[in-house]
Amino acid sequence: MTDLAPPPNLRTLFLAFAKLGLTSFGGGLSGWMMQECVRRRRWVTEEEFLTGLALAQALPGVNVVNLPIWIGYRLAGGMGALVSALGVIVPPMLVVVVFAISYGWLQRYAATGIALQGAAAAAIGLSLSMGLRTARRQIVRIRSALVLLAVFAGVGLLQLPMIEVVGVMAPLSIGIAYWQVKR
Amino acid sequence: MRDNIYLTLLGIFAPLSFLTVGGGQSVIPEMHRQVVDVHGWISEAQFVADFAIARMAPGPGSLIVTLIGWQVAGLLGAVITTVSIFVPSSILVYGLARVWARHRGAPWQKAVEQGLAPIAAGLILAASLTLMRAATGGWLAVAVTLVATAIIVATEVSPLLLIGGGAAVFLLVHH
Repeated sequence: MTDLAPPPNLRTLFLAFAKLGLTSFGGGLSGWMMQECVRRRRWVTEEEFLTGLALAQALPGVNVVNLPIWIGYRLAGGMGALVSALGVIVPPMLVVVVFAISYGWLQRYAATGIALQGAAAAAIGLSLSMGLRTARRQIVRIRSALVLLAVFAGVGLLQLPMIEVVGVMAPLSIGIAYWQVKR
Repeated sequence: MRDNIYLTLLGIFAPLSFLTVGGGQSVIPEMHRQVVDVHGWISEAQFVADFAIARMAPGPGSLIVTLIGWQVAGLLGAVITTVSIFVPSSILVYGLARVWARHRGAPWQKAVEQGLAPIAAGLILAASLTLMRAATGGWLAVAVTLVATAIIVATEVSPLLLIGGGAAVFLLVHH
């Protein structure tokens, strides 16, 4: 729990997640959230964030909505969870409708598609850098390193179903961690 | 039929909420079956366009439900499908967050946190790889991704600037 910032008020929380929602192109939103909530604003620790992320992935629901609820609740209780979820859903919802209305027009301009491709490619870099950053901290322990490699190989390289990989690896990893904590 | 279209939408989308996992792509086939095949509310071409728009626009890709609701039953339809897909699963996460907060610092919780951290890290890396595979734009996309990664690792530059930069590079190269 080293030098966390004081919890934000509801307005800041809403605006932060609205900004994240509105600037996430082509996926990779969790990398963005980590950059913002852990690195820049220091609202939660990296370990808290990663727990939220893993649970957000494993539970039903869209992970980019589950994670704001998790973080929002941790920072400001029920209202925090509510405004964080609204922040990440409602502004992009309005944008998607605007996009749909102007779709015919957007299609006529090839530049739109090209610019969005470029934005998405850069956004993946954010996700990748956050992955590398967390990986560097996890590979110092043998258990973490092996689990990380297995999950990456299963989901990333072999493209196995995520739920099944997590379903096998999570109990295993938590079990070993529990045994280590107890010792 | 007309007067209970909202209830029908609710009945279709709310159960799907519990079947969404990860990025929400898991329920696209079932959604397609319901609104195109079973009910014939929207055409195949419209569904494909909706999918493309939702992916192109910022925010969760699952906002395709907003578009479907809107096309099937107007503004209220959009609100109903969006609420249906997000609220049920959100209540579940909220419940878990409450239980979590109540037991903060318990040994089992430490074990769960330490156990899940490497899994989450592996998932972020795997997601990056999947996104890179799916990205359109060939070598240029890979180059932009790698350069952006290096810049973020090495500097404190705002990610917004990087995203704008990525768009600018693509426009420059293609024109």
